Parts: sequence; C-alpha cells; structure tokens
Amino acid sequence: MILKVVVLMLGAALWLAAQSSEAGNAQSGKRQFVKLGCYTCHGYEGQGGGAGAKLAPHPIAATTLIAYVRHPAGSMPPFTKKVVSDEVLTDIHAYLASVPAPPPAKDIPLLNQ
Amino acid sequence: MAKPKTPSLARRGFLKGAAVGAAAGAAALVAPAAAEAQEATQRTTALPPTAAQRAVENATPASVSVEDLQIVERPGADYMVDVFKSLGFEYLFATPGSSFRGIHESVINHGGNVNPEFITFTHEECSAAAANGYAKIEGKPALVCAHGTVGIQHAAMAIYNAYCDQAPLYVVAGNISDAAERRGRVEWLHAAQDVAATVRDYTKWDDNPASLTHFGESAVRAYQIAMTAPMMPVVLAADGVLQEGEVPKDFNWRIPKLPKISAPAGDSEAVAELAQMLVAAENPVFVTSRSARTPAGLKLLVELAEVTGAAVIDQQRRMNFPSRHPLNQTGRSRGAISNADLIVGLEVYDFFGVVHALGGQVEVVPRSIIKPGTKLVSISSSDLFYKSNYQNFQRYEDVDLSIPADAEATMPALIEAVKRLLTDDRKRAIQTRTDKLAQTSHQALEQTRTAASYAWDASPVSTARLSAELWAQIKNEDWSLVSDPFWVSNWPLRLWDFTKHYQFIGGAGGEGVGYLAPAALGAAIANKKHGRLSVSIQSDGDLMMANGVLWTAAHHRIPLLTVMHNNRAYHQEIMQLQRVANQHNRGVDVDKCKIGTEIANPNIDYTMLAKSMGVQAEGPISDPKDLSAAIRRGIDVVKRGDPYLIDVITQPR
Repeated sequence: MILKVVVLMLGAALWLAAQSSEAGNAQSGKRQFVKLGCYTCHGYEGQGGGAGAKLAPHPIAATTLIAYVRHPAGSMPPFTKKVVSDEVLTDIHAYLASVPAPPPAKDIPLLNQ
Repeated sequence: MAKPKTPSLARRGFLKGAAVGAAAGAAALVAPAAAEAQEATQRTTALPPTAAQRAVENATPASVSVEDLQIVERPGADYMVDVFKSLGFEYLFATPGSSFRGIHESVINHGGNVNPEFITFTHEECSAAAANGYAKIEGKPALVCAHGTVGIQHAAMAIYNAYCDQAPLYVVAGNISDAAERRGRVEWLHAAQDVAATVRDYTKWDDNPASLTHFGESAVRAYQIAMTAPMMPVVLAADGVLQEGEVPKDFNWRIPKLPKISAPAGDSEAVAELAQMLVAAENPVFVTSRSARTPAGLKLLVELAEVTGAAVIDQQRRMNFPSRHPLNQTGRSRGAISNADLIVGLEVYDFFGVVHALGGQVEVVPRSIIKPGTKLVSISSSDLFYKSNYQNFQRYEDVDLSIPADAEATMPALIEAVKRLLTDDRKRAIQTRTDKLAQTSHQALEQTRTAASYAWDASPVSTARLSAELWAQIKNEDWSLVSDPFWVSNWPLRLWDFTKHYQFIGGAGGEGVGYLAPAALGAAIANKKHGRLSVSIQSDGDLMMANGVLWTAAHHRIPLLTVMHNNRAYHQEIMQLQRVANQHNRGVDVDKCKIGTEIANPNIDYTMLAKSMGVQAEGPISDPKDLSAAIRRGIDVVKRGDPYLIDVITQPR
C-alpha cells in the first residue's frame, strides 16, 4: 500500500514536472536564459562546464529547478522572485527541455581517442 | 675599478659602437623572410633624416674637445657576459633599455649573441612571463634584463607570478648608482637608490654589486639561490658604470664555480613515520600541486602511488601525474578526499582549500569535507621560505605532520621506506584498492566524454569541442600544451592523454592576467630545439595585455600554434558582477553585466592583429565543423618553424 502511494506520488510529480515544461515558452526561455546571464556559467545550451553545472539536455524538473534557483548551493548566486519570476523560470525550463540530446559520446569518434 | 678621466664621455663613445653592433646583431637574429619584409616596409615608410637632424646627431658637443673622447676596449660588461655564459643561459629575454646597454652590446659583440641569444620582447612583463614559461619546460632560468626603475616596474607582475609559481627567474636590472655618473634628466629618472626594492617582496634574493668581483660572486650565488627548491625569482642590479667602464688591468677574470645543486629532502625520521601511515591507511590520497619539479618527479609519483595503491589528485600546477593513469582520481577529487583516511599533500600551496569547501553567499563559510580522524601530512618546500606581505601562503591548515622539504627529493626515500614495511597482507589490500580505483577512474573518463558531448555542434564553439578537435590533430605528434586550460573548463586535462613532463606547464602562479601569451611563447622557445609541437589555447583578454608577443614569435620564428578562446569578454568578471548583483537582490541583465567586462563592440579581429605582426592567421571560426581543417593548416605552418594563430569564437567557458 505504502509502495503504491509512493509510486502514485512520484508519477504525479513527474506529470507535474512535464506540465510545467510544456506550459513554458521555450523561445522566450531561450532569450531569458541569455538575458539573465544563465549562459555565463552554464553555456548557451546549458551544457555546463568548469563554472556551472550541466542543465541540458534532460533538465531536472521545473519545480526542482525553481526551488534550486531560489536557494542554490555552492557559488551560484540566488535568484529571488524580485529578480526573476516563476513564470520566466518556467520558460527557461522549457528552453532547456527543448535542447536536443547529442549523439552518445561513444558514437563521436573525436571523444574516443 | 679604473675609471676613465671622463667616464660619461667614454660611455657615450662606447654607446656609439654599441648601436652599430646592435644593428648588425639584430640583422643576424631576424628570419631572412621577415627581414626582407621588414626592409621592404622600411623602404616605403621610413623617411630619411633631414639635414638639420643629421647635423644635430653628428655634431660634437660644443663644450667637449675631441681629445677628451676615450675608448673602453675591455668593458666590465664583457666579464658580466662571461659570467652569464658560465651559468649556461641560452637566451636573454628583454626589451632594450639604456641602463643595461653595456650588457646588451657585450652580449652581441663579445658574446657573439649566442648563449645567451637576445630575444626581443615588446614589454618587460612579456620578457619575465616568457622566462617563467621557459623555466617550466627547460628546468632552468632564461636571463631577463630590465631597464632601471620603469623596466623593473613593468616586469613586476610577471615576477610575482613566477614567485607564486615557484619558477626560477633570473632578472638583471640596469641602474646607475653613482649620481655623478648620471647623464641628465632621463638617467636620473631611471636610476634608483635600491633598484630591486620594487620587487623585493616577491623575490627570493637580490644584490647590488659594487665591483666586478662582487658581481661575479653574486651572479653565481643568485643562480644557485634561484635554482634551489623552492625555486623563485632573484634580482641582480647591474651598475651602468661597472658595465661600461674599463676593467682594471689587475682584475682577476675568475668566474666563481657554480656547484651541483641538490634539493632539500625530508628528514629520515619523518619519512619513516609517513611510510608507516601510508602502509596502514585504508584510503590514502596524494594531492599534488607542483611535486614534479623535474621529469623525474612525475616518474617518482607514479612509483609512489603504485606501491601504496593510493589515489592521486592532481591540482595541475605542473605536469605531475599521467592524466589517464588508473590511480588518477582528479575527475572525482571531492569523493576521494571525503573518503580518505590519510591525505598527503605534495607541494600543495593551499591545503586548507583541499579539505574545505568554501560556502556562504556573502561571508565565507568554510565547511570541512573530510571524515573525522583523517590524518593530514604535508611535504612542501614552501615551508622553507616565507615572506610576509603578499598572502600567497594561503590559509593555515591543521596538518598532523609537516615535512618542510622538496617533495620530489623526498620521494625516493619514502618509496623505499614503504617497500620495506609492506607485508603480503598489505600488498593484497593495496592491489584490491588499486583495482577499485582503476574502475572509478575509467568511469570518470566515460562521464567526462559524455559531458564533452553536450553542445557538441553549438555555435559559438564549445570549449570541449575545441579541445577534442585539437587533440585529434596533435595526439600523434610530440606535443606540448603551453597554456593554462582553466579558462576552457580544463577540457584538455580531462580529455587528453598527458604522459610526459613537458606536455603541460600549469598556469600563472599569482593568477595575474597577461601571463598566458608570453609564458606560452617562452615555453615554445624552450621546446623549439627539441622539435616539439607547442600548442596554446589563448584567452582573448590575456592576449590583449601582451599581444606584442605575436611580433616576437614572428621576428624570432618561434613555432607555436595559438588557438584563440575568444569569448569576447573578461568573462570571469561577468560572472563576478552577476553574483554580486544577485547578492544585492537587484539582479542584472546581461547587457548591464557587459559594462566594463566585454571585449566587443567593436569585436577585435585577432587574425588581422596577428597578421599585422607577421604571424600567419585565420578566422574567426564560429562553426565547429571548420575547426579541423584550420588546425591542420596551422600545424603545417608550425611544423615548418613559424607561429600560427586561429581565431575561434567560443562559448564562455
């Protein structure tokens, strides 16, 4: 019974996360991703690197993303609601979700030498 | 010291000869093709002196009679150059300056412009930074000459970088100590009571010799001090009167002997104690920053790691440990540190930073990341030499055992001590641990490759793609990465297979921007005689501080492939600005973030910049598919002995 509840809750969370992404505007999110300077640490496609974590492809759920942006760990600065709204963050999430996955690394010859 | 009756006139007459000699010497240094081009340019642009100018230049001063003119046929600078030759200097890196013109002339006419050979730089910061790069490849200093006061001031940041980087720099500063010997306004402006004072806070030793005998002894002493671990810059003042005046007839032209220099090793009791700790540990970790002082240091750390089955985390301030060695755990350093029961720092300059994470958005909140009871040991030659003012010694860490000694020199005894203590049981445990670490190392490499695949086809070009494209073209060459890849997320260090000491030189010790381009050139100069392919991934902001090195590379035909990491910004500062704006809960959009930080509008054309200085170049490239062919063309040129620059528009990091 407990397992069923957990599975249902997890499913609901995933559905909500998917809805959030779908609700956002990826094109607007792409502009905001640059305008807010997210790219400066995470790269223009959210690929991550030495200064910031990888965000895309396959971003974390929108709700998790928003929660983290409000209360980040490490050296990432916090983005309060005064600085960026949930709606804009939802658009950004939609953009990140729209970034296509690259081919697997094993299929890129330059990454196997 | 025998002085001419009118020493200032003697120096003037001497200078006239020097100018002729310098011109002849320079012609020999310049590559034939470059010389022809230069001559052609001069033919079309240089104007001949007017009759009035010629009259002024050729006139004998009214107050001086021809009989007063003196010739100095055996100047003190000849002895100085003989001393420099005895020390084995291959090169003299300098922007010319009149306070060391005596040495300059003697290098050419007395020394034949060979060992040392004069390499012309367009800024003293470049001369000194190039010597930093050279030293890290060649394991010994180049001679740097700097003009009195203003030249040494220009060189200061590069000297500080080398001081923090524990690199041996040998700086000679021209000066005219005797006020009565200074000719007019400028020589007063370029003289100092204590010329080395400007940089004394970040040099290991300096002296201001008052005689040639004094100069000889201090010159050899300076070399010995610079080359003794911890290696650091030294400064020697070269007095103008000593340089240009006649050597006394009874002067003993003896050159003091440079001894074979050994490095200080840890004391045997401490080494034995550490060996016991290593054998008993379940999860020992070595953290190295600059432990491979020479190529032998790399091999010793491999042996030490293998005999103990310890994880190695390389902070990569030198080429300390092979990047794909199964025990290399740099790719998962946080996990290895958190799991360790013994951490041994080898020439680690920030041990506090190894075992703490610095949290806090405004105030610094350090959090320990090690398990309670983890033992900490430091072997560092830094503990043998401290100065007070500059804070490069970092925050104090509570280590359990400090061995103030050179790590490389200590490793042979430590390896033997460990071997003596190993039982069959411990050998089996070490083998099990080694196998496990090899697995995690392999997984970390696979994760790195996956991370590199993100934004693979992006434009601007991802720094991972740029690094992978470059690796594909150089991996079968005898290559050397002469730049600091920190600015490109360390992708080369994560993706490439580094095995040899000269394949990497670390970065700027003091993190002073304006180091990378000249240090890369200095390293390329060192690599040239070995026939190595020097490659540099060059940040745009750094190049703009020192772009005269492009001309030096062309003028002296230094083979160096420069691939621009052109993100059109002082990008680190964009991130800093954004962080502060968010701390203040104001936020800042990207256009405002660019105020004071972007290097755009207009965009700099690095291809034209390079070509204007005689370096072949191409770009800008923003489509990653164009990289491969460009790199191939660049390598072809570099293999023919010339520099080449490729401008690549890149992702920020």
